[in-house]
Order: sequence, then C-alpha cells, then structure tokens
Amino acid sequence: MTKSLYGAKEANAIWVYLEQDEGRLEGVSLELMGKARELANGRGIPVVGVLLGDQLSGLAQEAIAAGADEVRVADDPLLRQYTTDGYTKVFTELILEGKPDILLLGATPNGRDLAGRIAVRLRTGLTADCTDLKLEEETGLLIGEVTGFGGGILAYIKCPDNRPQMATVRPGVFAVPEPDTARQAKVVSVPVKLAEKDIKVQVVEHAVGQGVDITKAEVLVAAGRGCQGDFTLVNELASLLDGEVGWSRVPVDEGWVSRDCMIGQTGYVTRPKLAIVCGISGAFQFTVGVEKAETIVAINIDAEAPIFEQADYCIVDDMFNVLPPLIEAVKRARGGNGGR
Amino acid sequence: MRPLHIIACVKVVPKPEEVKVNSETMTIERGDVRSEINPPDMNVLEMALTLKEQHGGKVTVVAMGPPLFAPYLRLALAMGADEAYLLSDRAFAAADTLATSYALAQGIRKIGDYDLILCGEESSDGATAQVPPGIAEWLNASQITYAEDLEVLPDSGMVKAKRELAGGYEVIQVPLPCTASVKVGANEPRFMDMERKAWAEAEGPVTIWAAEDIDVDPEMIGLPGSPTIVDGLAQAEATERKREFLAGTPQEQAKALVERLQAYL
Repeated sequence: MTKSLYGAKEANAIWVYLEQDEGRLEGVSLELMGKARELANGRGIPVVGVLLGDQLSGLAQEAIAAGADEVRVADDPLLRQYTTDGYTKVFTELILEGKPDILLLGATPNGRDLAGRIAVRLRTGLTADCTDLKLEEETGLLIGEVTGFGGGILAYIKCPDNRPQMATVRPGVFAVPEPDTARQAKVVSVPVKLAEKDIKVQVVEHAVGQGVDITKAEVLVAAGRGCQGDFTLVNELASLLDGEVGWSRVPVDEGWVSRDCMIGQTGYVTRPKLAIVCGISGAFQFTVGVEKAETIVAINIDAEAPIFEQADYCIVDDMFNVLPPLIEAVKRARGGNGGR
Repeated sequence: MRPLHIIACVKVVPKPEEVKVNSETMTIERGDVRSEINPPDMNVLEMALTLKEQHGGKVTVVAMGPPLFAPYLRLALAMGADEAYLLSDRAFAAADTLATSYALAQGIRKIGDYDLILCGEESSDGATAQVPPGIAEWLNASQITYAEDLEVLPDSGMVKAKRELAGGYEVIQVPLPCTASVKVGANEPRFMDMERKAWAEAEGPVTIWAAEDIDVDPEMIGLPGSPTIVDGLAQAEATERKREFLAGTPQEQAKALVERLQAYL
C-alpha cells in the first residue's frame, strides 16, 4: 500500500481550496464552502478555506459568509498568477502543517491541474469530478459520487486510509449558499516560503473574464450535432430570452466551438430554470449536465432520440424548421409585455 | 536542431455507446463491447507526429492494459509512431489514478531519454484528467494541462503552449522534460498511412512489459497501490419529466411551446 505522508489519526478538518484569478473567487469555491459547512454541521468538524494569491483582501470575507470557520491566506507577489509548481509547493506545505482530513477543490482547469499534482506529492487518493459528496454515517469518511461511463451509472468512491481525502467537484453541482454577512471567523495569514527559482513556469499571456459562466444562466439554449456548426438561430433565441448558449461535445470535437460552454459529463453541470436543447440526441454524458434544469424543451429530428425521455416539451423536427417560428413567437410574446 | 523524443500515452477504452449496465447486479458488462483508442488520445498522436515532423526524432506510444490492446497500438504505429510499449500485467489491474500514474511513469522512465510526454485531456470512460499531472509529478517534470498550439523551443529547452482556464486562456512556457495533456479538439487527427499499416500489423515494434520488466514496487501498483476504493454503484435516477409531444406545423408547435413557457418569458 502506498502510504500517504500523514495518516488518518492526525488528520482533522475539511479544507476548501478558494480558487481565485485576478482577485475574483471562482463560484465553485463558494459552492464547495457551502457544502463543506453542511457536511461539518453537527459533527464538530472545522471548515477551513485556503486562499493563495497576491493582495487578496476581501476574498476571505466571502468565504466566511459562505460558511468558513477559518481562512488561511498565503499572500505573496510570487503567487499573483497560478503556476503549477509555485502553488503546489506552497499548498503542499500548508497541508503538511495543517493536516486536513478532507481537501476539496473545484474541477476547473486549474483546480484539476493542481489537485492531480498535489495528490501524487502527498501519495493520497483523489476522487475526481464528483457530482455529490457525503460523509459516511459511521466512519465520517468522505464518499464522492462520480458518474461512470454510459448508462447513467453512479459510483461511490472513498479513500479509507490515506490523507487528505481529496476530491474535485464540478462547477454548478452545488448551489452557492446565501451569504451570511454577520458570520465571524478568523483570517490567518500564513508565511510563504517561495523563491523565484521555485517557479519554472513563465506566464507569457493571461486572459480571463471574457467568457460567460453558463452554470449561472437562468435560461440556456443548447445545440449539438443538429446545428451543423451554425449557431445563428440558437444565439438569437438565447439573447431574446436573456439566456446563454451552451453545447454538447460534438460541436467541440467537430471544431465548431471551443470547450468553454460545453455541457455534460466532461463539461459543465448547469442548473437553469429553462433549458432548450436543440439537435442533441441526449446521451447520458450530455444529460447529466442539464438534468438539474427546472424545465427542459427538446427539439430533435429523430423521434427515437433519448433526449425526449428527459424533456418536458418535445418537438420532433429539424431545429432549423422550428427555431425561426419559435423566435417569432417569443418576440410576439415578449412584445406583449413591452419587449426587452 | 536537436531531435525530440516524444512519448504519447494512449488508453484503449470501450466504446461508450456500447457499454451496458446490468441493472440487477449493478455491474458493467464489457463482454461484447468493442474498444477504440480513447478519442482525446487521437489528438495526442496527431500532436506528437506533427512535432516529430517539425523537429525530427521519434514518437513512442505507451499504454497500459491487457495484451488484446496490442492491435490498437499498431494503429498508432500505422499513423506514424515509431514504437510502442504496452504495460500488461494482472498486477496493474484495478489501479486508481495514483497507481496508474505511477506505473506509467515507471514505464516511461524505463523507456528513457524523453523530452515531451503527451497525454489525452481525459479518458472517455474514467474522465478524471488526473493521470497527466500525476505522471508529471512522479517524473518531476513540468506540466501543461489542456494544452493546444504547443511549440517546442529546442534551443532554450522550453515548451510553450496555450492552455484553457475557467473563462479564458493563458500562454505558458515551461522547461523540458514536460508532460502535457492535449486539449480535446486541438487538432484534426490524421488517418492511418496504408503503406505503414501492413508493416505495423506484421512487424511493428510493440513491446509488452510485465510489472517485473519495469522497476515498480509491487505494493504501489494495481489494487494494492490504490488508496481509493469503489464503495458501491447505483443507477442514476432521472427526474420525472412531462414528456409532452407538441404536434402540428412548426408554427403551431412554436405557439404551443411559447404558451407553456410563459413563466420564463
């Protein structure tokens, strides 16, 4: 058995990695903080947020309002931008000093980049891309729910002996908790032992913030193979409904669009009020990303497409036949209340 | 210019649409399921072969799995890879990401003299995306995950790539040797070279290594080396949906739909 660098006996607390970029917290970090609070309640387990970066004043308060009992802040100019080597070194040292029992990170590109590296450095288990978390009643062990391939199989994974029990969780799986601004907790500034020579990664260019966050969309119009790379009508419908546009994996594999707004098992889990799914057959790998929608509309040319099993309103036709009259009908309906 | 030695890690996976679940035993039936090279790994092979064309050198394919995976490695040779290694031993089976990345890293160490290790962004079956950073850590190499537009700068011994971020991207430069995971769809994978295909099938160099052939601690591979365990399986519960089919012309369907969606307009 590969032994982790510390064991279960010494381990305590749930730690949540508070991922930030350019001074903005990732939504998934607050989602995880809310979930950690819920798991810890009644068990007397402290919940600790860990923040790495440069000049982060203010972000700790957001984590406290979301449920942290304590926030540890590693503030250093060398941590201004995420680098695998710099962040792994600092975070690993914090972990070895604090010995958390559980460590949760968002399954964002950087969260996964960091988690995979830290787990091996600490010789511990990592349950990746969880769709739910719970604590085992008798043992308090973390159980991560992950989706297996095909057919909607869920697997429950635990890490009995090695510590910390690490998990990454998809953005959008848990809701962001209502902030409790009256909540008080301590913010601890931790010393950073990091030198320039520890960082081999050079960030040449960095651009964030232009993208949309489809996990927060109230209305989502999604397109797949059936759009044949033409998103014009889909974009028009989404903008009429003040919504966002997402897609299944096919448009990414076909090179029509990037992965930024990909929905599903390997993309984002969304929770809109309304999802209009156009030209997507509805394999499990996709539907896992929209099934939390309040109402689902499916438009597909194939009456046998599995998406219709998952939809509230079903239209069997080519999306290009349906979307133009639908856009007109929405315009008329909106016109009635003054339009927008 | 110095030639490059590129290691392309590939995984052979069951075709997802053919995987069936036995709902009584809650086991995954793989019996008749056909396999394929993990689709994201086709982007790995393409990137490896393109870099070899630019810089010279060779592409070595590495995979882990049963001996029946060997023909898939021959497909990679037919695409243009030079040699292939299959880590195949019952002792490697049932490995989680820690044990998998360790075994692959030790296999790569034995192959030796590598500059760049390319992996797929994630596998279509497990989809953890955690093996590439794991390999990088075991080999003390730098890493670039979700990479596209990857350039090797041989004079400075660096590699530069664009990588995906939440809501954006960055361009980073790291020293070789480097492990990179290639973003899905980063390129258009080439087809097999039909002339190479006959060679690959008949005499393509595919070496099968058992655990004892590479320097691994038997306690750190397979099930014993995996700190995580599967505690149970369940069928995902689907939300009950109305499943109301709207009839008529597209205009009538659109009208009926808008009436039903009033609350959201």
